[in-house]
Amino acid sequence: MENEQGITRKVDDFLEIFRKGEEFTKELLRENEKLRFRIAQLEEGGSSSSGEEKIRFYEERINKLKEEIDSLTERYLKVEEENKDFAAKYVEVEDINNALANLYVASYQLHSTLDFDEVLRIIIEIVINLIGAETFAILLIDEKTNEIVPVSAEGIALETVPKARIGEGIVGAVIKEGESYFAADISRGGDVAKGEPIVCIPLKIKEHVIGAIAIFSLLTQKEGFTNVDYELFNLLAGHAATAVFSAKLYTQSERKLTTIQSFLELLKEKPKR
Amino acid sequence: MPSILVVEDSPTMRQLITFAMKRIANTKVIEATDGVDALKKLSSEKVDLILADINMPVMDGLKLVSLVKNNQSYKDIPVIIITTEGAREDKERAMAIGANAYLAKPIQTQELIKLVNSFIGA
Repeated sequence: MENEQGITRKVDDFLEIFRKGEEFTKELLRENEKLRFRIAQLEEGGSSSSGEEKIRFYEERINKLKEEIDSLTERYLKVEEENKDFAAKYVEVEDINNALANLYVASYQLHSTLDFDEVLRIIIEIVINLIGAETFAILLIDEKTNEIVPVSAEGIALETVPKARIGEGIVGAVIKEGESYFAADISRGGDVAKGEPIVCIPLKIKEHVIGAIAIFSLLTQKEGFTNVDYELFNLLAGHAATAVFSAKLYTQSERKLTTIQSFLELLKEKPKR
Repeated sequence: MPSILVVEDSPTMRQLITFAMKRIANTKVIEATDGVDALKKLSSEKVDLILADINMPVMDGLKLVSLVKNNQSYKDIPVIIITTEGAREDKERAMAIGANAYLAKPIQTQELIKLVNSFIGA
């Protein structure tokens, strides 16, 4: 009996303890639930604010990059434009270089000799090789007769080139006025027999005209004149004239010197007789 | 350094071509006044390219091309013909005997330099 009472008490105690444990466990679970809810709240709040910040950050970054791209594009376009300018200037400088080389060679050759025939040959070379003329003649004023006489021709017989008078015809007018003549249509070619060239350049030393170069036709591949050609014509007008004049003077002085020397030789020989 | 043999009887053209060739970096220019002179220079100097006029005294450019292209030692040297003859048949005649290219006078320096560069690879 006493044992039964003891066992019952023990069961009651155990049940009491179990109930308390149950209540404590329930309380723990509630607390746990509250904490989880709080954590979830905090996590939710925290993540949304950092996401907005990140978006703002990336938006700013994108805007900055866009600005950089725009600035780089602008600079690239400027550089591209500058490159185009440089390329055009390079071509221009190359053209000028080529023109200067042509003018230098022409000038160098013209003044490389004092031999009259050699000077005429050089003028012919320049007109063929640098200008691209096929038929042409060099005419000079004969100081005794005042006639314009052909002294050299290329592509045509010298005899076929007519003499001219100052002021008459195209060649005569060019020599009288001292101004170059260019036909309106150079492709048709001139008329040698009539003394009608397509181009006529006066050979002049300052304002003193000594002759002319009359071009009657161009090489088939030469379609027209370039700026360099006009520069060459100007150069020929002055330098060829100087070269021809110097060579003529030199030849004359050489001839005179030979005559004087021969005369002196004769004078020296006379007393011996 | 590539060597270019300029064969031209006209001193004006020779000087002009030499001027143009000197604008190509690291090139040596050898000058000859006609075909015979060119053959002499070929036997004594290393030549990588020949620029030759057609109309020359003693031996013209066409004869020179023919001799060069039929010679085992020189046949591989490219030859550019430069002449006043602009007609198509003249060009065909020059190319038929072995010329590698043809340029009509009056020459455009830039065109000449471009053509030479295409052969010597400068």
